[in-house]
Amino acid sequence: MTLNWKTGGLLLGLVFFAAVLLVKPIGVSTQFVIFDAILGDIATPDLITQTEDGYTSSNAYLAKSGGKYAKNAANPLNYSFVFVLAMMVGAFGSARLRGGVRADERKLPAIWYANYGDTPIKRYAVTFLGGFIVLYGARLAGGCTSGHMMSGMMQTAVSGYIFAAGAFAAAIPVSIMMYKKEA
Amino acid sequence: MTTIILAIVIGAAFGAVLDRIGATDPNWIGKMLSLTNLHLMKAIMLAIGVGSVLMFSGQMLGFVDVGHMSVKTAYAGVFIGGLLLGAGWAAAGYCPGTGLGAAASGRKDAWFFIAGGLLGAAAYMLSYPFWKGTGLLSGEKLTLGAVPGANYDSLTTLPGDVLGLVMGLVIMAIAFALPDRLRGQGAHLAPAE
Repeated sequence: MTLNWKTGGLLLGLVFFAAVLLVKPIGVSTQFVIFDAILGDIATPDLITQTEDGYTSSNAYLAKSGGKYAKNAANPLNYSFVFVLAMMVGAFGSARLRGGVRADERKLPAIWYANYGDTPIKRYAVTFLGGFIVLYGARLAGGCTSGHMMSGMMQTAVSGYIFAAGAFAAAIPVSIMMYKKEA
Repeated sequence: MTTIILAIVIGAAFGAVLDRIGATDPNWIGKMLSLTNLHLMKAIMLAIGVGSVLMFSGQMLGFVDVGHMSVKTAYAGVFIGGLLLGAGWAAAGYCPGTGLGAAASGRKDAWFFIAGGLLGAAAYMLSYPFWKGTGLLSGEKLTLGAVPGANYDSLTTLPGDVLGLVMGLVIMAIAFALPDRLRGQGAHLAPAE
């Protein structure tokens, strides 16, 4: 089901290239902020406000860089946000075409089962906390695995190398400590 | 409108390929990060290399617009954020893009990852003034070499397009040179998937 690394890597590389040829390099984590801002603006309508030449926000992060995040949240039908929604559709379609994710895997990945048994609540708590740290870290870093590591290293961006060094320096020991048994 | 169509096509292709290389599967992420199966690491490095070689050679031949590059600022917070992301990535088995793809493919735990992620991003939005005040967010947009036609500062004075092409080839070579696994049972004979 999983493509061998040569075919898969080549295809992924072609997608990276298509993105930078036609539009701009791939990135995902900013859209978590945009989605938060859309929700926030529904809850508190004065979070994002229109100015003479664009948008701004009462939140300093959304207002930074001339209010570009505020602007994207006010107009969700923009390239980066639609890109991420389409990515979900693509992953859904691809998974469907290969027969879908098995029911036991959908509940708990095998690697969790092998190490911690049938403990879905614990797993969901760990992924929730993991998600919190991942997005907090990604925003502090200004990008994630796609924007910094893949797109950044592809463009010889120094930031991409700094990010990859940090990410793997933490990820490898944590993974070795948490998942001692192979699935 | 064209940009929206491109977003749909490129986004869907990205999601589909992430699914097919196993990047949305926490089992493969766990194997990669615990160094017991480097299939995914090899695929990602090959992809970065292929993307780099195509982009920089396209720039040299003149059919890739240098203005499409988007280099991020290098600052101390990139490393700190990288450490945090790495820890969560290993614990959950998801990063922002693959977590969304995994949730879409039906994995329940990935929805909890997304919920945590939205909260984490919101927490950052609120704590941004603090980080800004520390000075850890200031830096420069730097590339390894000086890319012709781009306005980025560079670490070296080497020609950035040639260097990008060479780095792409080096990263591809590393993908081929990496063993199937670095730790765990059967380190010497592990067959490829």
